[in-house]
Amino acid sequence: MTTDTSKTTGENAPTGGRPTMLRAITAAGGLASVASTFLAWTWTSEFPGDLTFNGYPGGLQLLTLVLGLLTTLFALSAMDVRGLGWLTPAGSTQALRLMALGTFATTWFTVIAIAVDLGGLANWEPGAWVAAIAGLIPAVAAFLLPNDARPLKRPAKLPSWAEILIIAAVFAIGLYVVNYGIQTDADDPEPFLGYLIATGFAAAALFKAGVVTRLSALTAKYRSVTLIAALVTAVAFPFTQNKASYTELGVNILVFATVALGLNIVVGLAGLLDLGYVAFLGVGAYTAALVSGAGSSTLDIHLPFWAAVIAGAVVSLIFGVLIGAPTLRLRGDYLAIVTLGFGEIFRIAVLNLDGTSGPSVTNGPNGIPNIPPLEIFGFNFGEDHTVLGHTLDTNANYFLLMLLVTIVVVLVFSRAGNSRIGRAWVAIREDETAATAMGINGFRVKLIAFALGATLAGVAGTVWAHVQSTVVPEQYVFAGPVPPNSTFLLAAVILGGMGTIGGPLLGATLLFLIPKKLEFLQDYQLLAFGIALILLMRFRPEGIIPNRRQQLEYHETGQLDVPDQPQLSGNAVGVTKAEA
Amino acid sequence: MTTTTSPVLNANGVTMRFGGLTAVRSVDLTVNSGEIVGLIGPNGAGKTTFFNCLTGLYVPTEGSVSYKGTVLPPKPHLVTQAGVARTFQNIRLFANMTVLENVLVGRHTRTKEGLWSALLRGPGFKRAEAASKERAMELLEFTGLAHKADHLSRNLPYGEQRKLEIARALASDPGLLLLDEPTAGMNPQETRATEELVFAIRDQGTAVLVIEHDMRFIFNLCDRVAVLVQGQKLIEGTPDVVQSDERVIAAYIGTPFEGAPGQEEAAEVEAAEAQQGTRPSGAPKSTTARTEDGQ
Ligand SMILES: Nc1ncnc2c1ncn2[C@@H]1O[C@H](COP(=O)(O)OP(=O)(O)O)[C@@H](O)[C@H]1O
Ligand SMILES: [Mg+2]
Repeated sequence: MTTDTSKTTGENAPTGGRPTMLRAITAAGGLASVASTFLAWTWTSEFPGDLTFNGYPGGLQLLTLVLGLLTTLFALSAMDVRGLGWLTPAGSTQALRLMALGTFATTWFTVIAIAVDLGGLANWEPGAWVAAIAGLIPAVAAFLLPNDARPLKRPAKLPSWAEILIIAAVFAIGLYVVNYGIQTDADDPEPFLGYLIATGFAAAALFKAGVVTRLSALTAKYRSVTLIAALVTAVAFPFTQNKASYTELGVNILVFATVALGLNIVVGLAGLLDLGYVAFLGVGAYTAALVSGAGSSTLDIHLPFWAAVIAGAVVSLIFGVLIGAPTLRLRGDYLAIVTLGFGEIFRIAVLNLDGTSGPSVTNGPNGIPNIPPLEIFGFNFGEDHTVLGHTLDTNANYFLLMLLVTIVVVLVFSRAGNSRIGRAWVAIREDETAATAMGINGFRVKLIAFALGATLAGVAGTVWAHVQSTVVPEQYVFAGPVPPNSTFLLAAVILGGMGTIGGPLLGATLLFLIPKKLEFLQDYQLLAFGIALILLMRFRPEGIIPNRRQQLEYHETGQLDVPDQPQLSGNAVGVTKAEA
Repeated sequence: MTTTTSPVLNANGVTMRFGGLTAVRSVDLTVNSGEIVGLIGPNGAGKTTFFNCLTGLYVPTEGSVSYKGTVLPPKPHLVTQAGVARTFQNIRLFANMTVLENVLVGRHTRTKEGLWSALLRGPGFKRAEAASKERAMELLEFTGLAHKADHLSRNLPYGEQRKLEIARALASDPGLLLLDEPTAGMNPQETRATEELVFAIRDQGTAVLVIEHDMRFIFNLCDRVAVLVQGQKLIEGTPDVVQSDERVIAAYIGTPFEGAPGQEEAAEVEAAEAQQGTRPSGAPKSTTARTEDGQ
């Protein structure tokens, strides 16, 4: 039926001929992929996800289903089918290629995994053959298409309620996609690998199609709606989990994402390379652990939570100033070296403040266990609570508490970044000599950024101590297989995108979730980490979510948001000369 | 215009040594309010180094610099705070900030809003931010860059980048503006426009000290010209005096013809100017690029 529509439109399309036919083939292939997921792909339920049913899709087939559907829709949009133009405002071919490739990769990954896991092609049911062929066709057809990248089309005028509804839908879909990843079965690697492949290709395709740009324009237009939607989505997260292990993932991700965002003030805005940032998280965590009434704490006090937070913030601030003041006067890599040293000194000092090697403060390697659960206004964070018919476990409770800290850090980042002091940070990062010549006291401004970053990490640390209900020194290392460690945080910032809010949040999520779900990676995690970062630096140095500025810095051609202007004519000579 | 003779800048015996090399040797220079003073000299004469000494980027080995009677501390941000702003010979804009943001950074010393006020966003913060933007846009109008306010500065053509450097320097409401080769790499029309701009700046009450190789530009513009050769001040005086001084011509173009009359010399100066007008700034640029990046 759908192919019929496309044929009629194809005849009217100005391009006509071969491209239209290729697009129709792609659309049909996508549809065939969708159809194939309703068949059984294998005979035994030993393969994770149970792909043995005729009649409805399951497990990894769902991913093929969604991508096949998207491929069909993109192909139809490429054929100018009325009502689908909004899918490909920036040109369809590249997006279509990525989407078709995604379908192909997801399907073939699944069927190959079946063959490998179960030992041979004999384990394929006819459905698997259909799926393999159906996945291949659109991928080939899409690659024969001519490129039609174009500047973003003008968006159609929509009533504002529709636009707000779109924003809400996007956040709902986002929550669904994230939940799908978090709730995949961690016993086998296949479902999560398939998920990564599918979401990776789909996201790239949506980006190439211009949908992402369009959406970010929309979110910029309705800022408060977007903020509320983001908040609602985040609050809804624990209500959509039904296992303690999922809420645990959630609260961990949130803590690390928040800390990474704090680090992004230091690294991304002010350009200060801090290699010992995790120590400030540790300072906050230890401070909170000491003053929160843990049995083994050397201080016999139990402050209320707000006081513990302030204590953690202040102590971190003091350490930040102590580290920053002597080093930030210097230029160059001194800060990196000193912070690297500080990170180690913190850990070793904590190890030795055990009463034998040094004064008794931290219990050395034993750490401070059994920090009593928080209680705020009679709400005990250690117990389950039923809210709106859903039981929130202790991790979910802490998730909601941590969300408050995240909001504070996001606010600090965006407000400070977009002000006199934020501009001074960026100026220092860009050219310190010029910045000081413009009247900026480089030392002072850098110290503020550094101390602010330290304070925010300290605040996050106070919650972190309670989430874990124990603090041990071994968590606060420079590099290690389990987060938090300074390398993890820095990598989250760089992977996600320096100088942005979304970047570190996404980076920390990926870096935390991937090793958790792919247990076979455990032994090679640091290797995989390194390879991923090298590839990133080669192909996308600005990170996954680029800062507007860095996008332009690394990819000269993409002048996105600069008003167009035929400017070079008069001065072209001067330019070339100057650069000669 | 009224020219009062109160000194704005007073450099006293400024000497700058780099190891064995004396880049600036005991230079005295005064700039009075309402004046445009030129500083010329061959490449490597020490002009940029002298500027760096004035603005605190270098701490002079000897000598002192005072602004309106008070000695300037050798810290760049305090010098700017006091009222001396500068541009750079090798353009040093904040390449990945917009044109407007560049000028806003220039406002830094004249605004006070710190971290707290940025976080709390009270009415005072909003007012100050709006006032800064307004002033910055004014300056962009003044320099003719208002239509490019949202461009990244790295994407501006060369001539406009130089103008933006001037706008950014003016944003600190300076009493003295130091321009280091403001027309290097510009075409003749742009040079003319810059000349007008400098006059306009002076008319707004800012004294100007300018380094330039373009002789016509300098002699049109300046009330007084000082010539620096090998780190030493050779001569200082009105353009007429400097223009016809044999030592200057010798330093610039080589030894004049034996007994050549003034007319011929002038012609030679003309020729040199014409050459200057079209020549790319490659040579002087690279010398100082090295110098400035070294610190
Ligand atoms: N930081 C420095 N270290 C060593 N030598 C320097 C430094 N800065 C400038 N110089 C030297 O001082 C001399 C004057 O340079 P400069 O002031 O840039 O000349 P001008 O601006 O007149 O062309 C040059 O020989 C240069 O190499
Ligand atoms: Mg120079």
